[in-house]
Amino acid sequence: MHSDARPPLGLTLAAIGGLLFLHLPIVLIFLYAFTTEDRSYQFPPPDLTTKWFGVAWNRADIWPPLYLSLRVAAISSGLALVLGTLCAAAMARARFFGRDTVSLLVVLPIALPGIITGMSLRSAFAIADIPFSTWTIVLGHATFCIVIVYNNAVARFRRLGSSMLEASADLGANSFQTFRHVILPNLGSALLAGGMLAFALSFDEVIVTTFTAGQQSTLPIWMLNELVRPRQRPVTNVVAIVVFMATFLPILAAYYLTRGGEETAGGGK
Amino acid sequence: MDSAHPARGPGDRLTGLFWSRPKLLTALLIAPPILWLGVVYVGSLAALLLQSFYSIDEFSGVVVPEFTLKTYAELLVPSNYDVILRTVAMAAAVTLASVALAFPVAFFAARYAKGRWKAVFYLGIMLPLWSSYLVKVYAWKLILAKEGIITWAAEGIGAGNLLNAVLAIPVIGGNSLSTSYIGTFLVFVYVWLPYMILPMQASLERVPTSMLEASADLGAGGWRTFRSVILPLALPGVVAGSIFTFSLTLGDYIIPQIVGSSRFFIGQAVYSLQGTAGNIPLAAAFAVVPIVIMLVYLTVARKMGAFDAL
Amino acid sequence: MNAAVEFLSVSRHFGQVRAVDRVDMTIAEGSFFAMLGPSGSGKTTCLRLISGFEKPSGGAIRIFGEDMGEVPPNRRHVNTVFQDYALFPHMNVRDNVAYGLMVKGVDRRARHGKAEEMLALVKLDGFGDRKPAQLSGGQRQRVALARALVNEPRVLLLDEPLGALDLKLREAMQDELKALQQRLGITFVFVTHDQGEALSMADRVAVFNEGRIAQIGTPAEVYDRPATRFVADFVGSSNVLPPALTQAFGGPARWASLRPEAIRLSTGPEARAKGRVTALRYLGAGTRVALETGGQEIAVLVPAGVPVPEVGATSGLTWDASALHVMEEA
Repeated sequence: MHSDARPPLGLTLAAIGGLLFLHLPIVLIFLYAFTTEDRSYQFPPPDLTTKWFGVAWNRADIWPPLYLSLRVAAISSGLALVLGTLCAAAMARARFFGRDTVSLLVVLPIALPGIITGMSLRSAFAIADIPFSTWTIVLGHATFCIVIVYNNAVARFRRLGSSMLEASADLGANSFQTFRHVILPNLGSALLAGGMLAFALSFDEVIVTTFTAGQQSTLPIWMLNELVRPRQRPVTNVVAIVVFMATFLPILAAYYLTRGGEETAGGGK
Repeated sequence: MDSAHPARGPGDRLTGLFWSRPKLLTALLIAPPILWLGVVYVGSLAALLLQSFYSIDEFSGVVVPEFTLKTYAELLVPSNYDVILRTVAMAAAVTLASVALAFPVAFFAARYAKGRWKAVFYLGIMLPLWSSYLVKVYAWKLILAKEGIITWAAEGIGAGNLLNAVLAIPVIGGNSLSTSYIGTFLVFVYVWLPYMILPMQASLERVPTSMLEASADLGAGGWRTFRSVILPLALPGVVAGSIFTFSLTLGDYIIPQIVGSSRFFIGQAVYSLQGTAGNIPLAAAFAVVPIVIMLVYLTVARKMGAFDAL
Repeated sequence: MNAAVEFLSVSRHFGQVRAVDRVDMTIAEGSFFAMLGPSGSGKTTCLRLISGFEKPSGGAIRIFGEDMGEVPPNRRHVNTVFQDYALFPHMNVRDNVAYGLMVKGVDRRARHGKAEEMLALVKLDGFGDRKPAQLSGGQRQRVALARALVNEPRVLLLDEPLGALDLKLREAMQDELKALQQRLGITFVFVTHDQGEALSMADRVAVFNEGRIAQIGTPAEVYDRPATRFVADFVGSSNVLPPALTQAFGGPARWASLRPEAIRLSTGPEARAKGRVTALRYLGAGTRVALETGGQEIAVLVPAGVPVPEVGATSGLTWDASALHVMEEA
C-alpha cells in the first residue's frame, strides 16, 4: 500500500521516535561491557576497557550453560520444525472438522503467559514423577516453538495455493515427488526462517525454563542469577552481547530468507 | 497405448491410497502435532487444573489430593486479591500505552514507508521483537538504576527535582525508577511494544489506499477518515496485539522481579508459592487466573476477527 | 470412432450442493470438445473429474474404456492447462515444461531437448531460461500449454484457457489452439462460459445448466436447434417463444426458438406477423431491432445496408418456415 501524499511531520517524528525507543536501550548493553566500574551501573562510565571479554572467556561457569542452551535450542527447533510443518500441511490440505480447535491449540502455548506453560509442565512432571533433564526443557521449548514454524509455513502454503500441487500431480508426479520438487523448494526458505526464529526463541527463553530446568542452568538462567545477585557486572554484559548476537543473527538471516521469497512471489503476480 | 500409467513403486501406490482416502493423509499429517500438543500441553494444563482443586493441609503442609474449592476461595483473601488486581491493572495500563505508542510507528510503516524505508521499519520492529528478552530487561536495569543514565540526564538538563517529585508520588513512585511501578511499567511497555506494532501494521496495510481516497473524496477530513475508516479497520490488529501485551504482562515474573517494588504480581506469586512456599495448589489456582482472563479475551477477540491479523 | 472419455451417470455433490448431477456424455477421440455453461453450472467440476482432482460421488468415468475409479491424477493419460496456468515459480520455463518428463525419470539432456521442442511448438523458442514471472500473460499461457503437452497426453484439458487474455490475443489464440489440435490429432476438452468461443473452436459442444447437460451436439445443432429454452437463451440469445406465440407464428402449441438473424423485416404480403418497434441497437455489422408483438418482445437482426424503421413504427416480420425451431422440451 503506497500513498503519494507526504506524511505529516508529527507522524514522521513519532514513528522515528518509536523506533529509537526500541533500539537505543540495547546500545547501553554494549557500552557497559566496556566500563571499568564493576560494582554499580554508573553513567557515564568512568573509563573504558576491553578486559571483561577476556575475563568472561576464562569464567568456567559460563560455558556449561552455553552448551546446554545451544543443545536445547537445536533439538527444540528441530522438533518444532517437523511438527509445525506437518500441522501447516494438514491445515492447508483440507477443511476438516476441528480446524479451529487445532489453530487455537497451536497458538495457545504462546498466547497464554509462559508462566502457565511452565507451571503446567512442572505440575505434570511432579505427578508423573519425571526427573528434570535436558529433555524436560526441550518438552517446553518445542511446544511453544511449534507455532513459530507453523505460522511461517502456513503463510507460504496459502501463497502456494492448490493449483500448483494439482499441476504437479497432473504432470505425473506422485505425492512424494510433488513434496520434493514443488512444495519443498517453495516452502524451504519459510521453513529455514521459521527454524531459525524458533532457535532464537528457545535460546533466549527464561520463564518456562525456570520451571522445567530444575538445578540445570541455561545461559538465560545464568544471566538471571547474575541480575539478581550481580558479581562482575560487565561480565554479565559480555554474556548479554553473546545472547543478543545469538538471537540477532538468526533473525536477520530469517528476514533475508523470507524477503527473497516474497520478492519472487510478488513478481509472479 | 493404454489409458493409465502403471503404478511405479511404493510412492505411486501410497499416492493412490491418499487419493482414494484423502482424509487418511490429513490424519497422518495432523496426528504428530496434535499428539504432542495434546499430551504435552493439554495434559500439563489438566495437571495444573487438577492441582488447583486440591488444597494444602494447614498443619502438615502436605497436599491433600481431594476436590475442594477452598484454594480458589483463598484467592479472594485481600492480600491475594490485591496481587490479581495489581497485575490486571498493570496489564491494562501497559496495553493502552502500547496502543498509543505503536500507532504512529505502525501507521507510518504501513502507509508511508517505501522501498528501503519499508525494510528499515520492518527490521526495526522485528529485531527488538525477537532479540533476547532478558537482554532487553537488563538494558532497562542499566537505564533506570539510581546512578544510571536517566538520573544523569535529568540532572544534566536540570530536571533532577522533577524526577524526584515523580518518584515521590505515592504508590507508583519509589526509592529509584528501578524500584518503582513506573519502572516496571516502562520496561513492560518497552518489551511488549513490537507485539503490538506488528499486528497493527498488518491490519493497517490491508486498508486499501483507494478506500482512504474514497473517504477523502466524500469530503471526510483527516480526523473523520481516521476515526470512521482507519480506526475500525485497524481494530482487529489492535485486538490481536493486545492479546500479546495483556497476556504477556499477566504472566511475567522476571520484569517485576528485576525492576520494581517488592510487591508481588501474579507471576511472582506463582513462582514463589510453588518454589519456596511449597503450596502448589495455590500456585496452580493463581496460574488459572490469567488462563480464565485470556480465554475470555481470546473468545471475544475471535468474534472480532482478530486472528486474521496474526 | 473410439470414445476418449465417457461419463456414466456421474454425480459430484459438495454437501447439499449437486455440482454435477447424473451426467452422461461421451467425448470422441480426436475431437475438440467444449463444455459451455454459466458459472456454477458444473462444467469445471466435470473437467476436474476427468483429470482426477475430484472424485465422483456416484457413477463412473472411463477414459479410453478404462474405469478411472481407482486411478489418481498422476497416472492418468490426461494433462491440464490450468486457468491460472499454475506454473512453478521457482523453475525456469524449460524446467517447467520438462517437469512431466523429470518426474518420469527421463534424463536431463533428453528432457531438455524435448522441452525445447515443445517451446518451439508454441512459438516460444529461446524463452527457456526465463522465469515465469518475467513472461506476459499470453506467454505464460503458451508455457502452460507446452508443459501439458510434453507428456504426449491422449486428452488435453483446458480450463477457461483464454479467460485471462485480452480480446485480440484471445482471437489469435483461438485460431492457434484449433490449428494445434488438428496438427496433434489428440482430444481437446475445454471449459468456457463464452458461447462464441465454444461455437468457433469446438466440433462438439455440451451446454451445462445446474449440474446437468442441457444439450450436447455440434455447434450448428446447438445454435440452430436448441433443445431447451435455457440453451436457446444462453447460446446466442435467441427469441424464445411461448406456446401461444408459436401457434400464432404458424407452429404447434409448443415452446420454440427463432433466431434474430433468421427474421426479416417486411411490409409486403409475405409478412407472417406484425410488431411495433420499441428499441434499436446499432451493432456495426447490423442493427438489432426490438419489436413488440403479441405481448412479447422479438429481436430482429437487420444486416447493414438494409433500411431500419424508426422507433414507434409498425413493421411486418417474415422468416423461412424452417427457421422456427420447435423445442423438444420446455
